[in-house]
Amino acid sequence: MSMLEIDGLTIRYADSPAPAVSDLNVVIERGEAIGIVGESGSGKTQTAMAIMGLLPANADVSGSIRFDGTELRGATPTVLNRYRASRIAMVFQDPRTALNPYVRIGKQLRRVLLEHKMCGGAEADVRTLDMLQKVGLPDPERQFRAFPHELSGGMRQRAMIGAALIGEPDLLVADEPTTALDVTVQAQILRLISDLHAETNSALLLITHDLGVVAGNCERVVVMDKGCMVEEGSTREVFSAPVSPRTEALLSSAPRIDSEVMSSPIDTDADPVLEIEDIAVSFKEHRSSWGERLHAVKPMSLSLGECETVAVVGESGSGKTSLARAVLGLLPADAGRVSFLGRALPSHVGARRNRVRQNLQMVFQDPLASLNPAMSVREIVAEPLRIHESGMKKEERNKSVDTMLTRVGLEAELAGRYPHELSGGQAQRVAIARSLILQPKVLICDEAVAALDGTVQHEILKLLLTEQANSGLSLIFITHDLAVVRQISHRVLVMYMGRLCEIAENEALFRRPRHPYTKALLSSVPVIDPEASAVDVPLAGEAASALSPPTGCPFHPRCPHAIAVCNEETPELTQCNSTLVACHRAADLDLSY
Amino acid sequence: MSAFRALRPVARYIRASRMVAICVLFLLLVALVALAGPLLSPNDYISTDFDNRFGAPTMRGMQFFGTDEFGRDLFSRTLLGIQVTLFVAVIASIVSLGIGVIYGATAGFIGGKVDAVMMRAVDALYALPFVFLVILLMVAFERNFLLIFVAIGAINWLDMARIVRGQTISLKHREFVDAARLIGVSTPGIIWRHITPNLFGVVVVYMTLTIPQAILVESFLSFLGLGVQEPQTSLGALVNNGITHMGRAPWLLIIPASVLAFILFCFNFLGDGLRDVVDPKNKT
Repeated sequence: MSMLEIDGLTIRYADSPAPAVSDLNVVIERGEAIGIVGESGSGKTQTAMAIMGLLPANADVSGSIRFDGTELRGATPTVLNRYRASRIAMVFQDPRTALNPYVRIGKQLRRVLLEHKMCGGAEADVRTLDMLQKVGLPDPERQFRAFPHELSGGMRQRAMIGAALIGEPDLLVADEPTTALDVTVQAQILRLISDLHAETNSALLLITHDLGVVAGNCERVVVMDKGCMVEEGSTREVFSAPVSPRTEALLSSAPRIDSEVMSSPIDTDADPVLEIEDIAVSFKEHRSSWGERLHAVKPMSLSLGECETVAVVGESGSGKTSLARAVLGLLPADAGRVSFLGRALPSHVGARRNRVRQNLQMVFQDPLASLNPAMSVREIVAEPLRIHESGMKKEERNKSVDTMLTRVGLEAELAGRYPHELSGGQAQRVAIARSLILQPKVLICDEAVAALDGTVQHEILKLLLTEQANSGLSLIFITHDLAVVRQISHRVLVMYMGRLCEIAENEALFRRPRHPYTKALLSSVPVIDPEASAVDVPLAGEAASALSPPTGCPFHPRCPHAIAVCNEETPELTQCNSTLVACHRAADLDLSY
Repeated sequence: MSAFRALRPVARYIRASRMVAICVLFLLLVALVALAGPLLSPNDYISTDFDNRFGAPTMRGMQFFGTDEFGRDLFSRTLLGIQVTLFVAVIASIVSLGIGVIYGATAGFIGGKVDAVMMRAVDALYALPFVFLVILLMVAFERNFLLIFVAIGAINWLDMARIVRGQTISLKHREFVDAARLIGVSTPGIIWRHITPNLFGVVVVYMTLTIPQAILVESFLSFLGLGVQEPQTSLGALVNNGITHMGRAPWLLIIPASVLAFILFCFNFLGDGLRDVVDPKNKT
């Protein structure tokens, strides 16, 4: 008998005609690592919730879920609680919301043991400390007494994993455990999960949209699409020779770090369209009463040529978004200058002239948040025209809105809809249509594809590049996803804690990174190839607090190549072949692949 | 107008919840009877009949609710009371809505020092003892129908301003406001086209909860003898009168009090129902 047998599982909701999961059959053996991949809405999470008995009351579930022969579907909470945590445990996607903010970390872990009467109070404390040590929390004694908000995202996810594993479950269900985390932290957490899986002999069910995550960590994979299983097999076979066209589409659209460069070559001698000189941004830190300032962006310069795509990469909190907002005048800059076609711009967007404003546009990360929920698609896309082409007649305006919608790949019927009636990809296309309708010269995309599924992401990127080829658009592309960077950029700018680490040509950066941080980012990206060797050593630790940055080079506490001078002096940007790099050891380190 | 178009979802909510629909239906019915009733009834609210004081409810002469201590027809007086009460409540709510939304949206959107000063002014007004204020107003000026609106509107807009300010602050940090700035929409344009339409859901819900509050305040003032003056009347004034004659003619108390309670119940239920539908957290 297998450990977990899912047989003909079907989940329906009264308000939607198509089932969320239909006729799913999956078997999980003891000690096995299995992955479920699929795009959003494919029913992955629904399946996990069904196993844990956490589906909402209005879900209509049929089929069977047997764990060690016991039927879990429709089981009473008393029965389920005998299995939860002690036999089957779960790690949720967002560590910020999955831990109780009012209960100390140690207590949350300890409670699992006491609740299941696995041991007494004194032993529970010892086992909790052990577990905190095992999941790699530094100074476990202190973390035992810490509240969740005192820990960083990665540390909280470690604590979550600890809470899931402390009952020594036979099956660990991890639902997108690293999606909310930075790429270097993701590598650490994945390493931790697979180490613990090997060590404790518990089975692992890893649910993710990221094929790279599955490739490195699972022996078997189930591919889901629209609630149905479309393919199942060993990871190696599925990835090398997919049978289903859906799997093939998933594999081919997933951005790969080793993929083809999609951007077309450019003329580098032309005058820059946008010049940024020594721009700096800081915020007043509310919690500190002494008027301490958090320096989000330290003075930095950048110029952007016509038709050029510059990618800005870095972990969250590295100042990428602050940089973009300061350039656009949405955030006051402390210092520095932004010039457009050789002319300096006022720092606040309200003070800029319409001619300038229409040329600098932005696409935001969350497509739904950037569309006014009370306006229809037509009104949203037409609004820029109403302001900048006030002489335009209504019919003309409607016509150009329709043309624009077709250009971004939307049907004209959508014009009457409201944002909540759109899918994520459609909403992002509307946002792009709004920013392109004035034919801007510069478009800043702030994580514009991060919230979208692989195939949709691919289409949006293609759309942006087509627009670039047609109308000479310059792009600043902010992202944490290096595979996307590889595909579309001409130059790459790497940021760490508000400072520039490296500016390099696309090719040069990926062949021969000069900064140890760039190298760490590159090697943390999960590779969609089960054959590829795992990351040798993922970058340890996390970025320090921006309020008390380390002395010298901000990266030195995490840098494997740090020397004495790194602690004392902040490195300046220096030329190193075609690359600008801020590292004391740029000249003597060879980090190339 | 984009602001009014935002009312469409509200119409959808009313269709979506049966309870809300029933409440709306009842309230419309009450309002209709109050407006059309006097045209159909042979009695008016003002003629006295000293031969028929404290008449019990009867079908004869359409005196469904009986007569009061002056022999006036209670049915006609109750209909008038409903009219006055609803009128006061709706006008007071609209006044508080107007002041509250403009004040709150301005304070919230501009923020900083302006916000601080404006909201401290609200705090100061909250600190005034309301009943004394009203009594003072009534003593200083002639007793006057208009004063009741002023008094009730003057307290209700404070709550509205606070709620709208909070909503505005959360809305102005949404990305669509930044997107609007980037395409060059002016500040008044942003407040009018992008902020207010998104406030309407909350405001409409809050207004349905403000109306019963205004009704209660009006009843309370009338009960104290500070409200509407004879021969005009309101439900509060009728209840007050009914209490005086409770022993002799209980219907004078029971009937207006029940009508008042029914209207209040409908509004409260409507407000709660709308709040449940509007709040996205309840949509699981």
